[in-house]
Amino acid sequence: MTDFTAHISPIVLLDVSLLTMLIVVAFAMLRSRHLFAVVMLSGIYSLLSAAFFVSLDAVDVAFTEAAVGAGISTVLMLGGMLLTVRREKPAAKARAPIALAVVLATGAALIYATTDMPAFGDPNSPANSYVGQLYVEDTPNDIAVPNIVTAVLASYRGFDTLGETMVIFTAGIAVILLLGAGSGRGGRKVADRAVPGHDSSDHKTSDREAK
Amino acid sequence: MTMFAVATTAIVIAMVLALTRAIAGPSLYDRVLAGNSFGTKTVLLIGLMGFLTGRPDFLDIALLYALINFTGTLAILRFFSYRKSSTAPAAPHNHTEPSQKEGAP
Repeated sequence: MTDFTAHISPIVLLDVSLLTMLIVVAFAMLRSRHLFAVVMLSGIYSLLSAAFFVSLDAVDVAFTEAAVGAGISTVLMLGGMLLTVRREKPAAKARAPIALAVVLATGAALIYATTDMPAFGDPNSPANSYVGQLYVEDTPNDIAVPNIVTAVLASYRGFDTLGETMVIFTAGIAVILLLGAGSGRGGRKVADRAVPGHDSSDHKTSDREAK
Repeated sequence: MTMFAVATTAIVIAMVLALTRAIAGPSLYDRVLAGNSFGTKTVLLIGLMGFLTGRPDFLDIALLYALINFTGTLAILRFFSYRKSSTAPAAPHNHTEPSQKEGAP
């Protein structure tokens, strides 16, 4: 076992700037009551985290994050906004201290857990030293794919990935069957009317009547 | 290598500027443009990252991101056109619409 220390490289500086922007976007999403801005910022959040995943060499995770986070969920949230309201209701302040305490405790526990993790890129870490070593050595000969994770996903455990794809395909067919035709214009008209006189829902009802 | 590092720094600064516009607003179109240009910057950043680490194998991910960015912008613009057609008769409620803020075309 050789000693390993992580060095500051340009990539680390890039990671730090990406993570800083992630934090800024997260706080901006929390502060904003304007739902369209939140949707746009969540798309930016997904793009940033996808770039961060690429920088960590988790290319397949980055693919998924970009396709689902920046692509599909933006469209889904915009479709939801077409059917409902565009501004968030002001939240009740009474429960805020409890929520803050829960979030802080969870965050502290997660940060405490990271102290047990091996250093970034450590060649002696468990992920790099036991069975992972076999894949690192054999992948260039077995499957000539530059990314080992992709080789494991698509070839070594190809049947498992086939099963996962089947599950997602079935779920997609079920969603299409449930929504039915004509949902391309934001879905069917929602039948239930909001209760008249309820706070700040008058905008929603008048919006629907206007259609 | 130095060239790529300088280009990456420039892209990150451009990302920060686009992010500022996306957070500050004020109109919806500012945010759409900021999101779209942020996606373009991400494509460029991923391309540069591959060359910076000496492994430009992942350039096709940048292409996929460009496709997603294009589709996403189309979806957002269609959202505008649907919204306009569905809320146009309700003229008294237009002052609550966010697009009627100052600076919106």
